[in-house]
Amino acid sequence: MASVDIRDVRKAYGATAVIHGVNVDIKDGEFVVLVGPSGCGKSTLLRMIAGLENITGGQISIGGRVVNDVPPKERDIAMVFQNYALYPHMTVYDNMGFSLKLRKADKAEIEKRVSQAADILGLKPLLERYPRQLSGGQRQRVAMGRAIVRNPQVFLFDEPLSNLDAKLRVAMRTEIKELHQRLKTTTVYVTHDQIEAMTMADKIVVMHDGIVEQIGAPLDLYDRPDNMFVAGFIGSPAMNFLRGKLGSENGRSVFKSDSGLSLPIARAPAASDGKPVVLGVRPEHLATNGDGAAVNVVVVEPMGSETQVVAKTGDQEMICLFRDRVMPSPGETIRIACDPNLVHLFDPDSGKTLAA
Amino acid sequence: MTDAAIATTATGRSTWERLRSHRDWMGFWFMLPAAGILILFLAYPLGLGVWLSFTDAKIGRSGSFIGLENYDWLSDDKIFWGSVFFTLFYTIFASIVKFALGLYLALLLNKNLPMKALLRSIVLIPYIVPTVLSAIAFWWIYDSSFSIISWSLIKLGLIDNYINFLGDPWNARWCLVVANIWRGVPFVAITLLAGLQTVSPSLYEAATIDGASRWQNFRFVTYPLLTPIIAVVMTFSVLFTFTDFQLIWAMTRGGPVNATHLMATLSYQRAILGGNLGEGAAIATAMIPFLLAAIMFSWFGLQKRKWQQGGDND
Repeated sequence: MASVDIRDVRKAYGATAVIHGVNVDIKDGEFVVLVGPSGCGKSTLLRMIAGLENITGGQISIGGRVVNDVPPKERDIAMVFQNYALYPHMTVYDNMGFSLKLRKADKAEIEKRVSQAADILGLKPLLERYPRQLSGGQRQRVAMGRAIVRNPQVFLFDEPLSNLDAKLRVAMRTEIKELHQRLKTTTVYVTHDQIEAMTMADKIVVMHDGIVEQIGAPLDLYDRPDNMFVAGFIGSPAMNFLRGKLGSENGRSVFKSDSGLSLPIARAPAASDGKPVVLGVRPEHLATNGDGAAVNVVVVEPMGSETQVVAKTGDQEMICLFRDRVMPSPGETIRIACDPNLVHLFDPDSGKTLAA
Repeated sequence: MTDAAIATTATGRSTWERLRSHRDWMGFWFMLPAAGILILFLAYPLGLGVWLSFTDAKIGRSGSFIGLENYDWLSDDKIFWGSVFFTLFYTIFASIVKFALGLYLALLLNKNLPMKALLRSIVLIPYIVPTVLSAIAFWWIYDSSFSIISWSLIKLGLIDNYINFLGDPWNARWCLVVANIWRGVPFVAITLLAGLQTVSPSLYEAATIDGASRWQNFRFVTYPLLTPIIAVVMTFSVLFTFTDFQLIWAMTRGGPVNATHLMATLSYQRAILGGNLGEGAAIATAMIPFLLAAIMFSWFGLQKRKWQQGGDND
């Protein structure tokens, strides 16, 4: 086990820079998720940690050792690929034992380590099968088994669940998290799915266009996003953003949207009356309230545990997620309100969160 | 409703009607053109060839059945055994070198080289030049008084006299093997390249992380994944080489003194030029066991690879 240190790492393909100076500290035993939309550089960063891509600038160290020029096999890492990359001509047993075979471990040792890993993942009955004869979830597990057998310092996962169906993905998510709690091996996990990131990570690194937008614990990112990108990326359904101005009513700070909606806010930045801002409010923080702001219902989507209502204020759509079973009809006007402590204010130009 | 109409309804449609709409009957008609072509152009000539080998047919005279006399005759024929020897020699050496060179070229072309598409097309050139043209080119290269090889070696001061490439039996044999290799390598290289491109790059990455060196990557990942295609391409390569005719005929016509006769060229010479259809057919028929052996070899080679079949979850 080891820490991973990423210092001002850059990557360029010719003149095209794709990663512009990324800094991440990964502590020993931590589960870190790199998340971001496709093309944000998260997979490239992971591949640089693995040694599959050259590092253009900066420095990556694993367990205190700078690995910039260390070949992948000497980095003591194991990687699980999106398409599993199982060797089709080898049985599950041979797939899992391949790295040990290359290291010239003796047969008894290979046997012992493979069967230990197979026990952990419940692969015992499948050891003699070929990858073709396995289901998606089983292949996924073999790919993890291959990583576990090596007992590496760091596990790297590159979107390991994206080829599975929704139900299996949820199950494997839990399984990977359990596995990490058991083995406590430092893990770097890449995904584009913010729910995977939220549910699995000790620490999330949100990336966008080759830079790190924010690093923090899942709930920190949810509660205190640094900017509009993180606020909109983390959480599902995504946060509503309303353009408007700050003002005051009866001595209390309020937000007045361009569409005429007025929402109370708990803390406003000092001397900010009339200042243009973007207000962010999560759908789940909105509730129906007789004294609240009026909006027009567009679509109602009941989901059982909650009801999602798409409403319109002016020409802006808002998504509301109500815990109580309200069934407004489309076109109807409903009144909504939210806890003034749970709204976020952003600078409309920079997108940064405004300090209260 | 009339009585007749009721009767038809009761018995259902006529036999012809039922037959016409039956799936197997339709299938038969769809298969007929293919079967017809195969029977007319493959099975019939093959059968006729085998039948001729049991007769004393000559050009212009349909022969009578003489049993195994042709074969008996051939078994004492030194020239025939010489052609069997040279056919095997030619096939084995040319195939081994074509495989090695082809695999090497394929691995090279599979890398990210500048002007990759252009290089790939260049490799194909020997294959698209008509065989007779390339044979004539080789004929000039090997010419006893105009050979560019001899000329270059003399200019370099390495030899004193022009080499008698096609006049000496062993020289001629090796020269033909070289010409065949030159012509056959592109087929092997491009086919193996196609095979290489089906190997997912992430397998190499996984193996690299697992600690495989470049050689181990080849030995444990590339080669085993390529074996099915190697089996197919080498079967074809062996069959083509074994039955080669054009190259030999254009360059040496089996000479000097029958040293470079392949079974195919000898058969042609005896049957068409010599007029002994029966004997020529016997030589051609004698090729069949060798060809079957080559096919069986790759067939059973292919059967062994269980990992390709998969699919069932038992």
